[in-house]
Amino acid sequence: MNRKLTSRLGVALGLITLCAAASTQGTAYVSSEKDDALTMIDLATLTVKGTVPTCKRGRHIQLTPDRKIMVACTDSNAADVIDPATGKSLRRVPLGDEPEAFDISPDGKTLYVSNEDAAEASFIDAASGKKLQSIKVGQEPEGVKVSADGKTLYVTSEVASLVHVIDVATAKITKNVKVGKRPRRMALTPDGKELWVTNELGASVSIIATATHTVIDTIKLEVKGARAQDITPVGILMARDGKRAFVALGKANHVAFVDVASRKTTNLVLVGKRAWNVALDKAEARLFVVNGLSDDVTVVDVAGAKPIKSIPVGRVPYGVVIVE
Amino acid sequence: MRQRHVGSLVALMLCAAAASTAAATLKATLILPADDPRLERTRVERAYLGHATGPATDGLQVALDEGKFELEAAGSAVTLSVVNAATPDAARAAAQAAEKAGAAVVLTDLSTDATLAVVDAVKLPVLNLGDSADRLRQQDCRARLFHMIPSERMRSDALAQTLVSRKWSKLLMLVGSSPQDQLRAATAQASIKRYGLQVVATKPFKLSADPRERDLANPLLLTAGAAYDAVWVVDSDGEFARSLPYRIVLPRPVVGDGGLLALAWHAQFERYGAPQVSRRFAKAAKRPMTDHDWAAWMGGKALIAIATAEPKGPNSAWAQALAKTPVDGSKGGALSFRSWDGQLRQSMLLTDGQGVISQAPIEGLLHPTEVLDTLGADAPEKLCKPKS
Repeated sequence: MNRKLTSRLGVALGLITLCAAASTQGTAYVSSEKDDALTMIDLATLTVKGTVPTCKRGRHIQLTPDRKIMVACTDSNAADVIDPATGKSLRRVPLGDEPEAFDISPDGKTLYVSNEDAAEASFIDAASGKKLQSIKVGQEPEGVKVSADGKTLYVTSEVASLVHVIDVATAKITKNVKVGKRPRRMALTPDGKELWVTNELGASVSIIATATHTVIDTIKLEVKGARAQDITPVGILMARDGKRAFVALGKANHVAFVDVASRKTTNLVLVGKRAWNVALDKAEARLFVVNGLSDDVTVVDVAGAKPIKSIPVGRVPYGVVIVE
Repeated sequence: MRQRHVGSLVALMLCAAAASTAAATLKATLILPADDPRLERTRVERAYLGHATGPATDGLQVALDEGKFELEAAGSAVTLSVVNAATPDAARAAAQAAEKAGAAVVLTDLSTDATLAVVDAVKLPVLNLGDSADRLRQQDCRARLFHMIPSERMRSDALAQTLVSRKWSKLLMLVGSSPQDQLRAATAQASIKRYGLQVVATKPFKLSADPRERDLANPLLLTAGAAYDAVWVVDSDGEFARSLPYRIVLPRPVVGDGGLLALAWHAQFERYGAPQVSRRFAKAAKRPMTDHDWAAWMGGKALIAIATAEPKGPNSAWAQALAKTPVDGSKGGALSFRSWDGQLRQSMLLTDGQGVISQAPIEGLLHPTEVLDTLGADAPEKLCKPKS
């Protein structure tokens, strides 16, 4: 049913671009490491409509439960909270030294942050910016993911090739799960049973069963004509129904569509240089892929598994969120 | 006359392990030169690009510190003892003592002769942290000898590729008079040939203020009378090359040991998480991380990689794991050792000392199996026929 709808949307998009475009209202906000600003892409026209000034070296970007934009700025040691309605910064939240990635507790009250230089995972009170906890983890912590019930936190360490399983209530590591080389980002299946972890230097995705916290499978990512060392997956996103995962393959300049049930790649889409992070629009009809080394964003038609357009954005773009 | 003393044996012990865990412990021994001439105060102060500015222990310590979590999770541990040796004989004795004491791996930052003395004295794998000499990868290669630092040939191949990418194909070579300069000039010639560049003239240079020797010492005279796209200077000492850019008669770039250099690392490298590594190093060692420091750090990374790959050991398992366990060097890929000469495959950074200008292999260069093997002696050249 859902797939039918998206494929119909795809056809409509292909045939009458203007009409389809006019029906999508909203903005994609792209963080970039060297601009201290977010680039706004208009979803209707797929053109840049402006920038929003923000803190220094904006990296991980997410929507808060109350639909505000939150971007972690590594060089400002803070997150900027921006109101998409006005394009203005509402407040800054200190995130500790060199924050890279973060996640937000389901109630929106706590931020979980990886502080890459201190090799710590920090719990921050979102309202006051007060550091509540900090936990020593392996060097260069990166991806941060909290479970849907808010009880378990997962943090990757790039150097130690581990996923740290942290009990939120006690702020203690309960298990270290060995995954592939240089684990980066994570996605949970909607049923919460599987945690998918991208391994940048392993050219793979490790699947961890959340019931046992053991690796139950590893998906090898392959691109015809590319060598394993050129496949460096980082960004990963699950479709809402949990049937498909989108994995950005970094240096391989592709995005892989992976069928979650069979754990097989179904489509590969050529995008820009060093595909880094990805986001879907609300209809899950279009995938926005941030290309760190070609300074652009590729918009991919999901149903047709084809790139529609590449849009120049800021310097060294990193992440994207979509507000509709 | 060779002295037979093992200078200040077991100077210090570095350790990366949780004291409480009763884990298998990988013992490693690092052998360093006693009174290392490279680290004399005045040389270190000059900080010539590509020269060591501190001991190999600094990089190793950073690697072992950052490996703690990984080792703990795997239930293994690494201990490192450090020995100083003044002569090849002393280095040999130190290696034998380490083997007797149960070491699984020996690491060296020694002269070429002392490195060979160590490898031939023991049956353990040896990690060469600091010697770029091509003969350790070619006529004097050994099956148990692994090289973390790039060879001279890798450096000159990286430079030659960069010149190709810029279409600067006509070169004037200026070569110093030391035996090392002569060897390295021959290596540069091999790279120049491999990448189809052309040498329009090769001239010897000399550091001198004697007016009778000005043809050898004056950069303007040395670089006049020829048409070239770039000057390639071979100066292992570093003093002549440092000020050569901007002192030549034509407005042309200088490469080699002055101007643009090919190095394993530079503290200003911005990609692949490199800034975090450089920052951790600078915090611990109170100096910027150099090429040599990266190689030493990689030695530590290799120890951690094998200790976690085979958490229970024993020494024989670790020795076997070494050749086949990839190591993450924060240069964009998992790095592995070449099966034919034990060299760690790696990309090279082209730097003028201020920042990283570009990387090699250059973009678009093709290789039948592994593009990193366009840097350094490749398998079909068959330059290494190991003795043991």
